[in-house]
Amino acid sequence: MNFLQFMMANRQQVLELSLEHITLAGVATLLAALVGIPLGILITRVPRLSKAVLGGANVIQTIPSLALFGFLLPAPWIGERGSRLAILALALYALMPLIRNTYAGIQGVDPAVVEAGRAMGLTDGQLLFQVELPLASGVIVAGVRIAAVLSIGLATIAAAIGAGGLGEFIFRGLAMVNNQVILAGAIPAALLALLADFGLGRLERRLGRRAGLQQSRG
Amino acid sequence: MKAAPNNAPAIEFDHVTFRLNGRPLLEDLVLSVNHGETLVLLGRSGSGKTTTLKLINRLLLPTSGEVRVNGIRTADWDPIRLRRGIGYVIQDGGLFPHFTVERNIALVPRIENWPPARVEARVRELLATVGLSEELASRYPGQLSGGQRQRVGVARALAADPPILILDEPFGALDPITRSEMQKEFRTLQQRMRKAVIFVTHDLREALLLADRIALMEQGRLIVDLPVAEFSRSEDLLVRAYIEAFSTPPA
Repeated sequence: MNFLQFMMANRQQVLELSLEHITLAGVATLLAALVGIPLGILITRVPRLSKAVLGGANVIQTIPSLALFGFLLPAPWIGERGSRLAILALALYALMPLIRNTYAGIQGVDPAVVEAGRAMGLTDGQLLFQVELPLASGVIVAGVRIAAVLSIGLATIAAAIGAGGLGEFIFRGLAMVNNQVILAGAIPAALLALLADFGLGRLERRLGRRAGLQQSRG
Repeated sequence: MKAAPNNAPAIEFDHVTFRLNGRPLLEDLVLSVNHGETLVLLGRSGSGKTTTLKLINRLLLPTSGEVRVNGIRTADWDPIRLRRGIGYVIQDGGLFPHFTVERNIALVPRIENWPPARVEARVRELLATVGLSEELASRYPGQLSGGQRQRVGVARALAADPPILILDEPFGALDPITRSEMQKEFRTLQQRMRKAVIFVTHDLREALLLADRIALMEQGRLIVDLPVAEFSRSEDLLVRAYIEAFSTPPA
């Protein structure tokens, strides 16, 4: 039986695991964005926190993923279900690109534009939401893209703690020494990652162009 | 913006010193500008001109001395209210690149919650005032020429009709022909508006064309502050140096 035949025969399960996979990575990316983007904004406002926050997010990234899953296992509520645990772990990994890109994006806004806004009498909130965030949006979306691709890749390992997703096929295939089965998990996971990269990449370029209009003059 | 108590000058510098990390950028500046008057701050880069402007709209606060706007110390002003009463124009406009021309110009009226119809009428009026066609309203700053961007910058500063206008080398980045056009138009505009204007430049010709008074600065100090007619006759060495630099025919 070749790979395609295997996929067709198991299409129901491929679809289910793909959906599980998307949910794991999607919810994790969303959670990370909800925490990471405000944290990134915070450290542009309170610079003395920036070292601690960026350093902390960096340290999380250095923890091997299987070990992080293991560490979180005894946690109450979280540890009860593999998927909860996986989402939390993936969200922790995804924090770093989101915090860093939000911070870098806002820091990268032309200081003359920010000062002009301040001099026109914009309040801090108006400056943030009308000037800084829109102009940083391309860089921030780049952070979301990196986080999403990272989560989709790492989510395959979540099957090791019973969280489901396309990693199921990979681990099963490894146990069965069957490449067909491994590929049935690996190829859809790779395609999902490419799709997310492409889709968010397009959004990023659109937002980036908008922010870059001023520079495009001849 | 609040009315001036007992006819105070629009802007007053009362022995103002500003230091940054101990380095003096401005020393003991005494200067005032009345309503309807145009003062040009002349000086080379690093002479403290821009610092002077930023002390007016409270982007900076003096280390010692007082800056008063309409008789009230800038430290006592609500900075947001103060700034919305002062139009600010900088080189190359400082426009928001992600806003259309219309949104850039309407910025202050919108955050001041003017009714939409009034904002729209004001934008149209201002486009005409600065000599821009209405078709440009939907363009982005990146799609305009340098001169057009500068006109939008002036329109944005005038939008809420502030009684005070401060301009930081607004025409410095323009080609000579556009610059000369804009200078003449600005002079006509000011004759009509009669605002309190502080205009920063390092260009003596621009200063002579636009100023009622010229204040010459050097290394954070005010050297002379003279009506424009007396400026060219001044015996001050630095004034002479300036006049000579600008009268030398190009080689």
